[in-house]
Amino acid sequence: MPTSVRIPVQLRTLTGGQEVITGTGGSVLEIIEDIDRQYPGLKDRICESEGKVRRFVNIFLNEEDIRFLENLQTAVTEKDELSIIPAIAGG
Amino acid sequence: MSFVNGLQCRECDQSYPKEPLSVCEFCFGPLEVVYDYEAIRPRLSREIIGNRAPNMWRYAELLPLDGEARVGGQAGFTPLVRADNLARRLGLKDVYIKNDSVCAPTLSFKDRVVAVALSKALEFGFDTVGCASTGNLANAVAANAASVGLNSYVFIPADLEMGKVLGTLIYKNNVIKIDGNYDDVNRLCSEIVGKYRWGFVNINLRPFYAEGSKSFGLEVAEQLGWRTPDCIVVPMAGGSLITKIRKAFTEMEKLDLIPDSRCRIFGAQATGCSPITTAVKAGRDFIKPVKPDSIAKSIAIGNPADGYYALKTMLESGGWGEDVSDEEVVEGIQLLAEEEGIFTETAGGVTVAVTRKLIGQGRISSDDLTVISITGNGLKTQEAVQGRLAEPAVIPARLSEFEETLPQVSAVG
Repeated sequence: MPTSVRIPVQLRTLTGGQEVITGTGGSVLEIIEDIDRQYPGLKDRICESEGKVRRFVNIFLNEEDIRFLENLQTAVTEKDELSIIPAIAGG
Repeated sequence: MSFVNGLQCRECDQSYPKEPLSVCEFCFGPLEVVYDYEAIRPRLSREIIGNRAPNMWRYAELLPLDGEARVGGQAGFTPLVRADNLARRLGLKDVYIKNDSVCAPTLSFKDRVVAVALSKALEFGFDTVGCASTGNLANAVAANAASVGLNSYVFIPADLEMGKVLGTLIYKNNVIKIDGNYDDVNRLCSEIVGKYRWGFVNINLRPFYAEGSKSFGLEVAEQLGWRTPDCIVVPMAGGSLITKIRKAFTEMEKLDLIPDSRCRIFGAQATGCSPITTAVKAGRDFIKPVKPDSIAKSIAIGNPADGYYALKTMLESGGWGEDVSDEEVVEGIQLLAEEEGIFTETAGGVTVAVTRKLIGQGRISSDDLTVISITGNGLKTQEAVQGRLAEPAVIPARLSEFEETLPQVSAVG
């Protein structure tokens, strides 16, 4: 079974308006590559050309920012949920 | 009378019209308001500004509204206080406090950003506004929304200081406590903003909201006699204020309101939440988020959206970033109160303590005219100093009793 990925408003033009899509893979990177195959262009928007996650994009595995885990190499199971969220200002 | 050309991504330069947008749709970079400075130039001079009412709207041309401000008419133009007692304690010649702990109406610099954000929300036709907040923004949104009949939803971390929570609830709006830290609150709000047609001041109104912070810097330069200080120390949470102070100085130069600025800009954080100063000190050009653990809750943002630009602001201006322990934060609060009669909140304690540390490191020297940015009021974070101050003596109402207690009372002082 694939893993759910929550898509922010800014990327929904690429997913036909869908808020949640699914991807298959054992790591965050593999899932990003899989959803990019289904919805071409997604990876470009999430990652820089060298493959690093863009500076102002946050990816959460369930409740945890992947930067506290193993970044793109973080292992993912089918029970997990990934969320892609833009950085937000405030105070 | 708008002088706004539109919005532009700070990262990839993509242009956008004046709309409620949170970030660049291509790279998620922050959006900057772009002004027509040539059109502004003949409308703004020292004399024109000096003759206007003492509030932030004396700089209306440099704020992103299309019409008159409809919210927060009294915000800004807070005192710039010459702080000779504090200067002596710090070993500097010229120290000034920019005192936003008395900003109207809710006693923090967030009244500035909210005045712009909610005026803009009305221009966009929103009837409901919201925010994710560490407290001060919550107070400012709730109060200013109430003043113009906007509905408001305020989302805060569950562990905020009581003063900040009461100071929001009193305006009878909708307050939602989130079981988590500010970064968790923000995460939820970013999903809410996609679903409801609300003006979220720090999300889809962010480009406009953030511009309000410029007024802090504009006023500092005007109040110093149309020049920038040698050094300014600024607290950092999301990192927006410090970048906007620099933008303010740059705009004033561009409009020939001040001579070229050589101001070194210093950022202050609490060690328990110091993702930006840690990056400065490590020589990194990226911010690693942290889980906040500090009494300085108003600046406890572990994942600062403008952290990268805050870092650049400090380094490009010749400044630096430092952080201080919770103990030093409390000492900073007490030092400012005892020397200048200004009771600031924890973020102000951070700024004062960091200033002292920077002086100790030789990064600010005795001849540097230094401005310390005080952005919030101590009455809102009383927990920070509770139990650390001498308990007053209780005596019967008799002169003899008083005179007996006097040596004791004097000793406390």
